[in-house]
Amino acid sequence: MSDLPFRVLPAPDETTAFFWSSGEDGQLRFLRCQDCGTYLHPPLPRCFSCGSRELVPEPVSGRATVHSCTVNHQPWTGESEPWAIAIVELPEQEGLRLTTNVVGCEPDDVAVGMEVEVTFEHHDDVWIPVFRPVGAGS
Amino acid sequence: MTDFERRSIISGIGQSDVGRRLNRTGLDLTIDAALAAIADAGLTVADIDGIASYPGGGSAGGADFSGPGTPEVQDALRLEVSWHRGAMEGAAQLSAVVDAVCAVGAGLANHVLVYRTVTEATGQGSGGRQGIGLGGGGKPSVGGSMQWSIPFRAYSAANWLALNAQRHFHEFGTTREQLGMIPVNARKNAALNPKAVYRDPMTLDDYLSARMITTPFGLFDCDAPVDGSTALIVSRAEHARALDHAAVSVEAVGTALRGRPSWDQWDDLTTMAARDAGAHVWTRTDLTPADVDVAELYDGFSFLAMVWLEALGFCGRGEGGPFVEGGKRIALDGELPLNTNGGQLSGGRLHGFGFIHEACLQLRHEAGDRQVAGAEVAAVANGGGPIAGAMLLTRAR
Repeated sequence: MSDLPFRVLPAPDETTAFFWSSGEDGQLRFLRCQDCGTYLHPPLPRCFSCGSRELVPEPVSGRATVHSCTVNHQPWTGESEPWAIAIVELPEQEGLRLTTNVVGCEPDDVAVGMEVEVTFEHHDDVWIPVFRPVGAGS
Repeated sequence: MTDFERRSIISGIGQSDVGRRLNRTGLDLTIDAALAAIADAGLTVADIDGIASYPGGGSAGGADFSGPGTPEVQDALRLEVSWHRGAMEGAAQLSAVVDAVCAVGAGLANHVLVYRTVTEATGQGSGGRQGIGLGGGGKPSVGGSMQWSIPFRAYSAANWLALNAQRHFHEFGTTREQLGMIPVNARKNAALNPKAVYRDPMTLDDYLSARMITTPFGLFDCDAPVDGSTALIVSRAEHARALDHAAVSVEAVGTALRGRPSWDQWDDLTTMAARDAGAHVWTRTDLTPADVDVAELYDGFSFLAMVWLEALGFCGRGEGGPFVEGGKRIALDGELPLNTNGGQLSGGRLHGFGFIHEACLQLRHEAGDRQVAGAEVAAVANGGGPIAGAMLLTRAR
């Protein structure tokens, strides 16, 4: 556990609990409309596209592309090592995005367009979805 | 086309001392600014029948960010108001001004005191800038919309907006050398503003060699927290005749928000909400970007001013880098003088209201050594990320 970075953890509520526990079985899930197939993120009580209430968390491939990234140097939490913050876009739907971290490589090597895959950091009762370069192993 | 905005003028402006750590309360500073604005408008406290502020008291950002709420200021001045509001949701900090214009236009008030007060420098104490979600004791956690950013160690708007900037750099080839001209220009202008907090000369090399905060933002891409209060009076247009100085007319406001109101889910990261508010302004006026003499555009981060230049049509989408490159175009004697008081980068983070104050000074031809000769039309913009409001002001004829 000690090699995990400090994180302010999410406080899951009834609509987001599935997302933050999804990594327990190694899968990333998003809420998906069972009537029209649209993924909704962040979660909503109704599909914005068709109005359906039939919304179920569904696993996605876990692959993504780095849409933008920044290397943080400011020691907000007293840590001196830089880290990479990214917005990644998932192939399942245009605009299906997450702010996340890219780990498993030098922060400066993270670039727009990089292919990444999900991995989870387990803290307490939440699993934080972060991404590593495809093929970087665990 | 509408003449709704033109039922109002900005009849007076006032500002407290501005400084890094004044160690005075926000209410004290607000009273200074308010009384100055009321006197400048040729009014007395008894004439004020409306009050508005952004973001209102008790906002999530804490008292040093919010300043005093309108009930506190109303009580301190013993105002009797027929209209009042203080709220954070709306067209950025300018929403307080827009709402005052609406209230006066609707006949709910004749003279509205509008103010924005910050004591963020004092609030910060001797430490550095704090990340969001890191305060408090025990084990911190975040819910609501912040749960999508803070757990990923993205603790600040610096991080969130750096992601917008990096996407802009990627798509359009924008460079730090280009971006840096915004802070360098601001510092040059701040040297001519006695109230600016950073007035020492700064070169592009100084900018480039400063420590990195979050790529591509270095230290000088981030604004400077200060203490200070800015106030203005929005009055019925007829009051212009009673002034002993030029009135400032509200030509048009831009309040539109058409994309997803989110830091990371906005469709085109290179544009932000500025795109919609900026475009909206030009649907409410016959003026065009070419008519603007001076631009006071929000620079909480340097990149935001670049985005506003594009959003308001001073250059095309993605052309902000080449537009500011070299700095000639945005200089005081350039074709579009930008952030003539030093902006928030060097003037201090008065959180939006510094820009409208400066626009009024310029249009009244009272900006001293930094006056843009013959300024008749000013563009003012506030906000970044999913928050945006814009306004076009003119010197009343």
